[in-house]
Amino acid sequence: MPWISPMVEKYKSQYGSGLDAQTYLGQNYFSVDHSLIPNILRLLRDDQQFDYCVDITAVHYPKREKQFDVVWILYSFPRNERVRVKTQIADGASIPSSVSIWPTANWLEREVYDMFGIQFEGHPDLKRILLPDGWKGYPLRKDYGILQQDQEWVQINLGIESGQ
Amino acid sequence: MSDHNNDSENVVSLSHLDLETPEKPYLDSNELIINMGPQHPATHGVLRVILKLDGEKVLGTECVIGYLHRGVEKIAENRTYTMFNPYVDRMDYVAAVSNGLGYCEAVEKLLNVEAPARAKYIRVILTELNRIASHQLWLGTHALDIGAMTPLFYTFRDREEILKIFEKYCGARLTTHAFRIGGCQYETYAGFEKDVKNFLTFVKPKIDEYEALLTTNRIWLERTKNVGVISGADCIALGVTGPVLRASGVKWDLRKAQPYAAYSEFDFEIPTGENGDTYDRYMVRMIEMRQSLRIIEQAVNGIPEGPIMGKVPKVIKPPVGEIYHSIEAPKGELGYFIVSDGSTQPYRIRVRPPSFVNLQALDIMVRGMLVADVVAVIGTLDIVLGEVDR
Repeated sequence: MPWISPMVEKYKSQYGSGLDAQTYLGQNYFSVDHSLIPNILRLLRDDQQFDYCVDITAVHYPKREKQFDVVWILYSFPRNERVRVKTQIADGASIPSSVSIWPTANWLEREVYDMFGIQFEGHPDLKRILLPDGWKGYPLRKDYGILQQDQEWVQINLGIESGQ
Repeated sequence: MSDHNNDSENVVSLSHLDLETPEKPYLDSNELIINMGPQHPATHGVLRVILKLDGEKVLGTECVIGYLHRGVEKIAENRTYTMFNPYVDRMDYVAAVSNGLGYCEAVEKLLNVEAPARAKYIRVILTELNRIASHQLWLGTHALDIGAMTPLFYTFRDREEILKIFEKYCGARLTTHAFRIGGCQYETYAGFEKDVKNFLTFVKPKIDEYEALLTTNRIWLERTKNVGVISGADCIALGVTGPVLRASGVKWDLRKAQPYAAYSEFDFEIPTGENGDTYDRYMVRMIEMRQSLRIIEQAVNGIPEGPIMGKVPKVIKPPVGEIYHSIEAPKGELGYFIVSDGSTQPYRIRVRPPSFVNLQALDIMVRGMLVADVVAVIGTLDIVLGEVDR
């Protein structure tokens, strides 16, 4: 269902077809072209008071040409309102980091990188956060099996044949 | 607080320690890099903090986490919605009821169903009991870290009464799996209301006892006042929520801001602090326990009759779409982002853990303080590593 509000009208006239606004079950979200990141995020913080970045995450759709959805969940303390921003990027493509907009993005982006292998350009220290540094593979991609492990890492570092 | 200010474009920045210094054969004679953890009694689990020290003074920290990573989000994609329900209890295992509430409500929203009024009241009672239990565990271990041993015995003794109620209600003490998608599985047992009311009269003087031990205790004051100060603006920039945010003066609680379950029907206050130090966070949590008692009292007196399970299909198959739902867990905002592809298994579940995001603030809270204060700040952040690492 389309989401209608003065904020949406303003951004639609500004960005045209690069931006779409929908609402589902009472929750609003923007689907934007990846070239609008991070400008739209900065505008949402500076002009629309979305001062709190709740979460950054991604979803993998292996059959699509642009395989990943990157999702920002934002909240505004003054407006008491939530909004999500979604964009699609291809495997291997990178996306600008939003650490300079919200410092909390630091660990959140590291986790997205760790789990999906999405590169955030301009991140001050992009490295794995939950998995060990030398690990190969990105577990939350759909082609990564639930029992799959980096056997080589397990054998070298844990000294056991298999972690299973 | 030394090296960050609030007026610049970039409110706070985290330190990234340059651990490899090959061009410098000898460390600067005053600088020292040491590991705290991963096995350390004060890190509340397996957390490794790399500290860069100048004598006793902390110059910077870096957290190394992931030792408890179990891939909860990956597991979710390989289970049905119902099967995944017990797994969420294993994240923040000292507040399992809150995790379950957040998950069930998120899936209910996705299904567009609502739990019946009686189920909502049962949920509020158990969740608030769990909040008290979580705060009691926090208080006991936090005080023990700082050197006060007695509160630990007091809080664990009293927390036991809450766990007894959980055990009688659903058979489990910690990983309760108390709620189901659409309502509650179990009707309250005979004598549930009496047990809860007895607990209320039992625990009120006990909280006074904790306060008598600590609130004006000189050692406690010196170890917590002006330790780990964080401003409200820094909290918001770093996404810190829960009692830590409120102690920095931001009056924000999801139970009031975006009420869920039956919270809009109850009368309660949101405590806030002024200085954003460890002592204020202690006071905020103490008042929160009393406010939780108020909520439980209203809920148990007004618990309506009726069904406890909403109209939920036997096989849960939400329509294609996505939802974000969050609740005020004892540690902060606990959110679930669920993507459904119309099948019986979630396409993706993302958990927004409060402990993980709050832990990020450790660095700026301890910079310029002493090593002993790191212990106090880890305690006051109230992290559970099961939730940080998932």
